[in-house]
Amino acid sequence: MSITVTVGHAHADPHHIGVVIEHPGPASKRIVTAYGFWVFLLSDIVMFSCFFAAYAVLSGQTADGPKGSEIFEQRNVAIETVCLLLSSFTCGMASIAADVRNRFWFYLGMAVTCVLGLIFLTIEFREFADLVARGYGPSRSAFLTSFFSLVGCHGLHVSAGVLWLLTMMAQVFAKGFRADVLRRMMCFALFWHALDIIWVGVFSVVYLLGGAP
Amino acid sequence: MSDQTHIPAGHDLAPGEEEQHSVGERILGYVVGLVLALLLTATSFFIAGTDLVWQPSIPVALIVLAIAQMGVHLVFFLHITTGPDNTNNVLALAFGLLVVFLVVGGTVWIMSHLNGNMPPMDQIMMRQ
Repeated sequence: MSITVTVGHAHADPHHIGVVIEHPGPASKRIVTAYGFWVFLLSDIVMFSCFFAAYAVLSGQTADGPKGSEIFEQRNVAIETVCLLLSSFTCGMASIAADVRNRFWFYLGMAVTCVLGLIFLTIEFREFADLVARGYGPSRSAFLTSFFSLVGCHGLHVSAGVLWLLTMMAQVFAKGFRADVLRRMMCFALFWHALDIIWVGVFSVVYLLGGAP
Repeated sequence: MSDQTHIPAGHDLAPGEEEQHSVGERILGYVVGLVLALLLTATSFFIAGTDLVWQPSIPVALIVLAIAQMGVHLVFFLHITTGPDNTNNVLALAFGLLVVFLVVGGTVWIMSHLNGNMPPMDQIMMRQ
């Protein structure tokens, strides 16, 4: 009897850490999907870190062109920041609504998220267009190249996020809250929150640190 | 058997997912996160434009505030916690952060040393 008990323990507790874990088998598809997407998001953040590193190195290389403090407008950046932050909040509300399968609040939350994202993109696009019109395009100096590539890359991600958001609304409209649609919605929420985290880095490093005189 | 803790089965959480909470508690979590993030953002913008604090401390303060706000986003919006059901998510995050710090820190470190050891650009041009 004692031998069988020991053997049983050896199987359940192979490293003798005093904790018996009943292995529940493979994780559910929802967990596997979201975990895979989480790993993708982290690799995306690693890619952004390369752009951040380039900006940190090149932010002083203005080639007699404008410095950051001469072209950044703090007020616009503050509006953009608040837009993205509020959209992250409404995206969270929409994912709660999707979990409890409430269509009205889901559509409302997603629509507000979409509008806030579009306001953000409009302000950013006008800032870029204004800079290019004044002759401060990405080819003017190494500083402006790194600025346009870092902020533009984030803007591209937000644009892709808005397209994805509209797709999710259409899928819920056409297919309802099916398990696969809910998985996609969960990945979208992760994506949108991750974009907001990257924006925190952008406004702190690019606009506030880089805009210091 | 008595000295062994028993962990019930089925115990992983997907990133972004919370433990079982009521809708009200979940909304409250997002509201708390939003308020904290807004406070930190306002502080960042205030500090960047003020003369009230010692000027050399401003970059450090901005970086600390940014990291704090990223933490708020991770905890309240992405629901990355230190619980046992989140081990995989936290480990992946830790590895991602390691690479980010190696890339950014290494680049800034090496490039500042290169700049320090290089003669100014006009001298290089004159030698040619």
